[in-house]
Amino acid sequence: MEVTTKSMPYGDWKDNEYIEGMVNELKANGVNVVVGSLDKLINWGRSNSIWPLTFATSCCGIEFISLGAARYDMARFGWEVARSSPRQADFMMVAGTIVHRMAPVVRRLYDQLAEPKYVIATGGCAISGGPFRHSYHVVKGVGEIIPVDVYCPGCPPRPEAMIYAIMQLSRKIKVERFFGGVNRQEKQQDFLKNHPLDKMAD
Amino acid sequence: MANLQAIVAEKFPEAEIVNGETLELNVPDAKWHSLATTLKNELGFDNLTALIGMDWGDLLGVVYYLTNTSTWEVVRVKVTTADRVKPMLHSITDLYAVAGIYEREVYDFYGIIFINHPDMRRLFLRNDWVGFPFRKDYDANPEVNPVRLDHEKVDDVTVSYVETAPGKIEKRKVEIFSPEQFVVNIGPQHPATHGVLRLRTAVDGETITKIDLYLGYIHRGIEKLCEGLTYPQTLHFTDRLDYLSAMINRHALCLCVEKALNLEVPRRAQVIRVMMDELMRISSHLLAIGTFCMDLGATTMLFYPLRERETILDILERTTGARMTFNYNCIGGVIADLDPNFQADVKKLLEIMPKAIKEYNKVFTGNVIAHNRMDGVGVLSEADAKDYNCTGPTGRASGWACDIRKRHPYGIYSELQFDEVVRHEGDSMARFKARISEMEQSCRILAQLVDQIPEGDICAKVPKIIKLPEGHWFQQVEACRGAFGVYIESAGGNQPLRVKFNSPGFCLAGAVDHLTRGEKIADLITIGGSLDYVVPDIDR
Ligand code: SF4
Repeated sequence: MEVTTKSMPYGDWKDNEYIEGMVNELKANGVNVVVGSLDKLINWGRSNSIWPLTFATSCCGIEFISLGAARYDMARFGWEVARSSPRQADFMMVAGTIVHRMAPVVRRLYDQLAEPKYVIATGGCAISGGPFRHSYHVVKGVGEIIPVDVYCPGCPPRPEAMIYAIMQLSRKIKVERFFGGVNRQEKQQDFLKNHPLDKMAD
Repeated sequence: MANLQAIVAEKFPEAEIVNGETLELNVPDAKWHSLATTLKNELGFDNLTALIGMDWGDLLGVVYYLTNTSTWEVVRVKVTTADRVKPMLHSITDLYAVAGIYEREVYDFYGIIFINHPDMRRLFLRNDWVGFPFRKDYDANPEVNPVRLDHEKVDDVTVSYVETAPGKIEKRKVEIFSPEQFVVNIGPQHPATHGVLRLRTAVDGETITKIDLYLGYIHRGIEKLCEGLTYPQTLHFTDRLDYLSAMINRHALCLCVEKALNLEVPRRAQVIRVMMDELMRISSHLLAIGTFCMDLGATTMLFYPLRERETILDILERTTGARMTFNYNCIGGVIADLDPNFQADVKKLLEIMPKAIKEYNKVFTGNVIAHNRMDGVGVLSEADAKDYNCTGPTGRASGWACDIRKRHPYGIYSELQFDEVVRHEGDSMARFKARISEMEQSCRILAQLVDQIPEGDICAKVPKIIKLPEGHWFQQVEACRGAFGVYIESAGGNQPLRVKFNSPGFCLAGAVDHLTRGEKIADLITIGGSLDYVVPDIDR
């Protein structure tokens, strides 16, 4: 089964084995992987207009601005509607270092996103703490506090890499029914159970 | 200088005077406040350039750098305490406004309490943080300070340690916001704060009455990380502080280490460094005016400057291989030679820029809405600029000629012809226009150098393992937002005892409360945008 987006031929993806592997695994577990036409229609719409939440803390965020400007022009793909409110966004582009003081804020923003929601960890910092990994005040990857769907490495990743990452996400959304749908939701629930919010102070 | 030495020696016999890179005064804490008063009021040292917390193992203390803004003399003062349990020093917030935020930083990192400081709270770290991370005996075990997911409590009261009689300290509660005040929380994640800055804003209707600044949402502890690395390893952090002045910041750190090593940098490398700095300045100002105008609602003015910025990034990328974190300067010179097309590319840019600037002025600067939003908004007087240590385009828009390239020339700047852009209105419009004029001056510098790049080595011979002798060095450069200083103290060996990045953005953020009082809440966006701080530069 070939899962791709309109702007990218299937053969150009670098990691098709990953997505095929997942589909196979699901098939082996007896999940019905034939997408209904209605599902297809919904996913086609969703995957072509994913709106990011502007969440840029540092250097990587500037490359995200470049992505929005004329040269890289993310409007071509329907992602240009960067929202400032989590209530209106589909995914969170975590661009930049996440530090201890910021961690509860990230978590709150994630919780405020409406379902279905996705996270892309952009740049070394968001993935693992990057160059600041050994600091006393840096979270070693945003994956410690919220579930991540796509990792986009780089320091900072070039705008092209960010485009690739977001296309990767829209590819995942396309097959949401099998590994997004039921299974992903469960993973998310598990994650939240294992990372409980401490008592809220205010 | 001799005069200064004589006056200090006469008035403060207990002060120890050391002649070094700059004149150093060593005073006991009890005399510090009166020495500071003398320095400021009688000797004209009206600008606190840097305030650096230190831990020497047995002693805790603070190092001050004061500047006389008419002669540009610098004096260094060292005040120490041996008490590690409850260290206390006297505050100088009443003399220098910028000390307010500097001293809170030192309290946060070293736990030194400043007597008579009106607000002794942590600045960067959560208020439930355990320990003081910059002390050499800090317990870095992640179990002591795990990633906490609960929201920290916000305080409306703070503490102050007031000296009621000599030697008698009283702890007092100070109100930040009264229960009647209406407080709006802006940030840390807000599109108009230019990064993750949090401002608790008290408003009366639409008028701002007070702003309480919360920093640390991108505090990465870079200075502490540097203490565990060798000198070449610390270089890459500078690119990630103020990533829009990446080249210039790195230039500063390299200069500081080279000064300590007494290293002569080849002429070719010096010219390349200056050209890169100026390219960086243009690209930073382009982004600054672009995002500033977008905050005011002029989206077109974001896209126009970004178009030129991409041209510059292309030039930089062809030589360095990166678009943002260049890693180009190194100790002794630069890491790689120029791209063969570099000169042609720069010439092309020099052709485009005048036209582009004309276009920006046509599209935006003369626009009546722009004038209404920016004229007379957020006025900073010259005296306040010095008091709050607001340097860079902000200081110069207020009439303070503070360009480090002119005042303490470094590299080859003393040989170049360019004007220092000084305006006198001090409002947001002046800051905006100062940036545009500075781009023209940067183009002028580039035009002088583009055909004058000498042949030769790009890097001096440096030892494989770089060890600095015992001592301390302070080096300032003119970054895109103001004077960027690097302080290194070494105890010998290949790792620093202390590195401090004295960033311009930090002081600019400290002036936000002062600038916005009495302005409308919509003008907060204008003022913030016109100051053009970069938050990782503030938080470090
Ligand atoms: S990954 Fe690199 S560029 Fe991105 S935020 Fe971290 S340090 Fe900056």
